Amino acid sequence: MSSRFYSSLTKKYVMSLAGLFLLSFLLVHLLINLLLLFDDSRYLFNEAAHFMGTNPLIQTFQWVLFGGFIVHMIFGVILQIQNWMARPKGYKKKNASEENYFSKFMIYTGIIVGIFLVIHLFNFFVLKMSGQVPEFSGHEGTEDMGWLVFDLFQNGGYVIFYVVAILFLGFHIDHAFQSALQSLGLNHPKYTPFFKVVSRLLAIFIALGYISIPLVIYFK
Amino acid sequence: MNIKLKIWRQKNAKAKGKFVNYNLDNVSPEMSFLEMLDALNNKLIIEGDEPVAFEHDCREGICGCCSLYINGTPHGPGEKSTTCELHMRSFKDGHTIVIEPWRSRAFPVMKDLIVDRNAFDKIIAAGGFISIDAGSSQDSNAVLVNKEKADEAFISASCIGCGACVAACKNASAMLFVSAKVSQFALLPQGRVEAVERVQSMVAKMDELGFGNCTNTYACEAVCPKGISVTNIARMNREFLAAKIS
Amino acid sequence: MAKLDSKIPKGPLAEKWSKYKSTMKLVNPANKKKLDIILVGSGLSGSAAASTLGELGYNVKVFCFQDTPRRAHSVAAQGGINATKNYKNDGDSDYRLFYDMIKGGDYRAREANVYRAAEVSNATIDQLTAQGVPFAREYGGTLDNRSFGGVQVSRTFYAKGQTGQQCLLGAYSGLSRQIKKGTVTMYSRREMLELVVIDGKARGIITRNLVTGELERHAGHTVILATGGYGTIYYLSTLAVNSNASAAWAAYKKGAFFGNPGFIQIHPSSIPVLNEYQAKLTLMSESLRNDGRIWVPKKKEDKRHANEIPEGERDYYLERRYPAFGNLVPRDVASRAAKERCDAGYGVGDTGLAVNLDFKDAIAKQGKKAIEDKYGNLFEMYEKITGINPYDEPMRIYPSGHYTMGGLWVDYELMTTIPGLFAIGESNFSDHGANRLGASSLMQCAGDGYFVISNTIGNFLSGEIRTPKISTDAPEFEKAEKDVTGKIKKLFAVNGKQTVTSFHKRLGKIMWDYSGMSRNEEGLKKALKFIDELKEEFWKDVKVPGTNNEINQELEKAGRVADYFGLAKLIVIDALNRGESCGAHFREESQTPTGEAKRDDANYSYVSVWEYKGDEQEPQLRKEALNYEFVEVKERDYK
Repeated sequence: MSSRFYSSLTKKYVMSLAGLFLLSFLLVHLLINLLLLFDDSRYLFNEAAHFMGTNPLIQTFQWVLFGGFIVHMIFGVILQIQNWMARPKGYKKKNASEENYFSKFMIYTGIIVGIFLVIHLFNFFVLKMSGQVPEFSGHEGTEDMGWLVFDLFQNGGYVIFYVVAILFLGFHIDHAFQSALQSLGLNHPKYTPFFKVVSRLLAIFIALGYISIPLVIYFK
Repeated sequence: MNIKLKIWRQKNAKAKGKFVNYNLDNVSPEMSFLEMLDALNNKLIIEGDEPVAFEHDCREGICGCCSLYINGTPHGPGEKSTTCELHMRSFKDGHTIVIEPWRSRAFPVMKDLIVDRNAFDKIIAAGGFISIDAGSSQDSNAVLVNKEKADEAFISASCIGCGACVAACKNASAMLFVSAKVSQFALLPQGRVEAVERVQSMVAKMDELGFGNCTNTYACEAVCPKGISVTNIARMNREFLAAKIS
Repeated sequence: MAKLDSKIPKGPLAEKWSKYKSTMKLVNPANKKKLDIILVGSGLSGSAAASTLGELGYNVKVFCFQDTPRRAHSVAAQGGINATKNYKNDGDSDYRLFYDMIKGGDYRAREANVYRAAEVSNATIDQLTAQGVPFAREYGGTLDNRSFGGVQVSRTFYAKGQTGQQCLLGAYSGLSRQIKKGTVTMYSRREMLELVVIDGKARGIITRNLVTGELERHAGHTVILATGGYGTIYYLSTLAVNSNASAAWAAYKKGAFFGNPGFIQIHPSSIPVLNEYQAKLTLMSESLRNDGRIWVPKKKEDKRHANEIPEGERDYYLERRYPAFGNLVPRDVASRAAKERCDAGYGVGDTGLAVNLDFKDAIAKQGKKAIEDKYGNLFEMYEKITGINPYDEPMRIYPSGHYTMGGLWVDYELMTTIPGLFAIGESNFSDHGANRLGASSLMQCAGDGYFVISNTIGNFLSGEIRTPKISTDAPEFEKAEKDVTGKIKKLFAVNGKQTVTSFHKRLGKIMWDYSGMSRNEEGLKKALKFIDELKEEFWKDVKVPGTNNEINQELEKAGRVADYFGLAKLIVIDALNRGESCGAHFREESQTPTGEAKRDDANYSYVSVWEYKGDEQEPQLRKEALNYEFVEVKERDYK
């Protein structure tokens, strides 16, 4: 865990670039998911899922995405361990100076999101891979991924788990976007306040967007 | 007024320290915080105890000697001020004040509230300078410097090296300190010549000394007695990125 | 016995320095590596000297008692640094700065040294600028200047109210660069407690490691002191509380003569004493007098709030008494005028020991923004300390002990009377006569460090190239270390009941009351007696807690205060000897009918140089006659 394993700043660049990349993925993912709410036949959603699942470019990119997650997590953990090591003895009185609230808990919100991700991947990706998803009646040759979603979100416990995990994702993003810009050196007295607002709106949009789907499905 | 104090006492770098409680009467709101500690020490000496060791010198907020983590904030309550500029009128009668040393692996405690901040000097010596020998400089007005840039460089340069940024940061990161020096020189034409080399060697030294990484929580900016902004950190990030890819 | 030879080069004033430089002896680069220089003090002069000597290739060891060189008290100089660039096209020149300093110093400074200080000032500004010191600039990108007390041109370069900090950080960065290169080794948290003289030459020092208490021997071919002034002898002063004279005092006791110890500048504008616990006074830069107007009420003991006193009932006494210079009279004049008003019962504030410094007119004329740009941080500092916002009501200021013009006597080469021992910056006596003009302290410190000592030391060291490394096993080191051990033991052994600080406070009060802004024979004689009594009490009843083998701040203070008893006496003896008033030294016996200082050139046109003769003996006075070849000695008139 030597600090010479890339400089602190390089690690931060990697963190933020990977983070921004994952953020873009989250947005695309969300937009596709939202199709479920606007099309009861699940046609659009399944078409999109099929496209994502079969397009060779996307399929290749899937591994890049996977790599992005791994890099973001590994670097996040390394940075955090170094940060803990930098203060072997803590304070009796907790730091009272004002700071961005969620920024203090990125590792924890990150870990929760990571755990969620594993379960999430198991629920969808693994099931899909093992061929347990039925064929979609609306389009021959496509899997009914939408059905899988509806099926899962009938389970109240799962919905709660999902909603809570996404909330933490929101907390994570609230700090993440503007922080990534800062790490990449994109700070300007004129524009930074704007991007801080964007960061928060992004967090709210993503969190509410993802949360709305299980809630709508469950209470339908 | 009466003040209750809970102060970290540690005999030397190797000793195990502990908090010790003190009671101090007749504290005047006009006293500065350090004058209050002077009064405590005066009392301790007369009673045959050892006074509390803390660093201080100019007592007007410019030398950067004084430190102290007071009730959870480096330099205590009060915006943009050092401990020596803090006055007892900021506290209430009967209050308990917890005083701790800066905590960071790179700033080991030497005695009581004194920590070793030599790491900062090492970072400066790694590259926080412009290489110009006395005698080889040209006329000061030969290079014109944009006033706004010069003023900005001045603000970055006004860092007093107290280490409050490290003390406040949850990661004990020295990014604000390092970036202020990098920024000062990056903003001035005379500093551009060595900019690529400078930022890399200073960051490498900072990493080597065991400071934490920046997680952009901005606690450093909130406690900096000179109001140095995290835009300096962003500038350093830019400088470093540019240096790495150039 | 050491001879008092100022070694001033012959020839016209403006040619002395260049002539000296072109004829002095040099040390070739290969030999420089073999020569060790010990440099004590890391303020502006020390850091500048360290970096420059390192650049030249000498082996330099630098010592400071702070944790890092950047904390030295040069950091607190606020207003500016002078140079004769004449960027303002207002008729400035080396000669004019020289003349202003000679006149400002009330004709008690050595012409050749002062001219050189002016001469190297431009190179100093260039050097600092090149090092990245962010001096204030005009919109066109050129450097800005402002005017400062006691002169009629604008030659002061500044970085808001933090010029000293920025200059020191510039020099410190140069020093750091040499540390990286390996030419300079930095020893921080070390206090010099003794000078080692071998065969008549300064060859080393004994330092106490302030962390472990260990006494360390350091040897070199030469020793430079850059240890600053002794304004803390008043206890309450504008100086950092740890500033002290122990290194200079050790040198004095080893045979370095002391020049003009009684010349201590009382700065006219510091925040008045607020309470009895106060540990120091905060300076409010002289630059404030560029825009602030000083006044007291016309009515005695007028207790109304300053803002309620109408214009007609205000006495702008500096403008009244000195119409030509007004609020910009030199510091000594401004200080005495404030004291005069307060003593007469016109002072403001609870104690009556304060005058108003008012920015109302300046804000009305230039706008709040302009004033904030120039003095923002000073105004903030004032508000933090007093809780009063000076944008809304006048600041209150009062004089306080500040700068010591006196110091170790040095010749033109800045060498003391101990061969191989140099003193630079405030620690020497050389450039400011009886009163220092604003913004010339940073100038002298930086100039001494960058451009003077770097040359003159070569002239000495050229004779040392065959001297092998000095061994720290020499009996002289042995003895010096033993002496220091003895002194430390003695301090612990007293084990009395009173704190070191309480003694320092009492000493400061004696000095302020009898040897401060205004002095008379009777008071000075009283002071001598009081100092002796206090010293005796100190050695009977001081309490130094803890042990030697640890960080022990009380022990550090005790050593410094113990030395101050001796220096305090020397100051008073010097003040007694000088029966005239000149510059900051005001003898009540010697004043004009209007209360202005009256110089006595017939009897006192000399530097008083004191030689140590033993703790119980009176020091011996020698006189360095001041022969003014290039300026006409006149009455100093700011009317």
